[in-house]
Amino acid sequence: MKILIVDDFSTMRRIIKNLLRDLGFTNTSEADDGQTALPMLKNGDFDFLVTDWNMPGMTGIELLKHVREDERLKDLPVLMVTAEAKRDQIVAAAQAGVNGYVVKPFTAAVLKEKIDKIFERVEG
Amino acid sequence: MGELNVSEGLAQFNDQFKDMAKELVEKLEGNDLQGAVTLIEEMHKKRDEGLFREVGQLTRALHESIKNFHVETDEGTDESHSEMEAASDKLSYVVEMTAKAANKTMDKVEETMPINDTLLAEAQTLNDEWQKFLRKELSPAEFRELTQKIATFLQTAVDHSQSINSNLSDILLAQDYQDLTGQVIMRVTTLVRDVEQRLVNLVAMAGHIDKMTGMSHEDLNKMASEGDAMKGIGPQVNTDVADVVSGQDDVDDLLSSLGF
Repeated sequence: MKILIVDDFSTMRRIIKNLLRDLGFTNTSEADDGQTALPMLKNGDFDFLVTDWNMPGMTGIELLKHVREDERLKDLPVLMVTAEAKRDQIVAAAQAGVNGYVVKPFTAAVLKEKIDKIFERVEG
Repeated sequence: MGELNVSEGLAQFNDQFKDMAKELVEKLEGNDLQGAVTLIEEMHKKRDEGLFREVGQLTRALHESIKNFHVETDEGTDESHSEMEAASDKLSYVVEMTAKAANKTMDKVEETMPINDTLLAEAQTLNDEWQKFLRKELSPAEFRELTQKIATFLQTAVDHSQSINSNLSDILLAQDYQDLTGQVIMRVTTLVRDVEQRLVNLVAMAGHIDKMTGMSHEDLNKMASEGDAMKGIGPQVNTDVADVVSGQDDVDDLLSSLGF
């Protein structure tokens, strides 16, 4: 499974990458904001997107909206991993079609649980 | 910063105006129209004078505030380097330090994990063979081989434990960023509070001018927060606020209430 990790902080990308590797997902790529991520998603065969919300250029929520509008990408599972913790924002993300929402700081167990849940639902 | 003077100035201005108004009424009642007109002109002049004084004070306070934001740089050469710029630099330093510490920690963890994996795998293999020995399933030749393996393992265990130890203390030391960045952040916080106080004083001074000129402003406090939320706000420092979730459980509850 090919996963794209989008976050403007390289350390956070590295943490997520390490956690994903521990969960057995070794095929990961990275992007530092929505603007770089979108063409990668359009040109690559990614199976899963993990994105932050607050990024310069294109934010995670905008990226999510673009993904849902794209005919080929619209069913791509998207997990938002972000420090954004306002109720309105979580509702907005849900309405934009996010598949899971993890607030930072998070644990490896929470990340695993959300990823498992997403794929349970996608495959089920 | 001359705030008291300003208030006194305004009060004095107020009293003078009151006295003159009384005098004006007296003059009008005494049919001294010319005297009244002269008095009105005088009142105008007084107001203008007061206004000039207030604007002057505001300008001086502004200038002082701006001047106070300047600090000596390390070299003491770059005079245009303000305290605000220094604060931005300091915060960039915090970002740099935290990134460095995070990367260092992750380097050491990534280095340590395979060492531990090797130790674990070797210990497991030896344990299996040791159990065989206890069940008397080993030939004398196999046993000799096992003792050799145990000797090698003990030596590698010592070496590997030493590397793990050294990596762990490196990880421990990498946490010193908290102290250093904490100090920097506290300095910047102090500066921000100081700036806020100065701005409040300036706003109070500007308020006197508004009173003298009879100006009123639209509500400047209206902020477009809707758009900000979609841009992203960043970590919530205070999660006790009603519209902020207090953690992952709260997020899960909210999402499940939305049918997730």
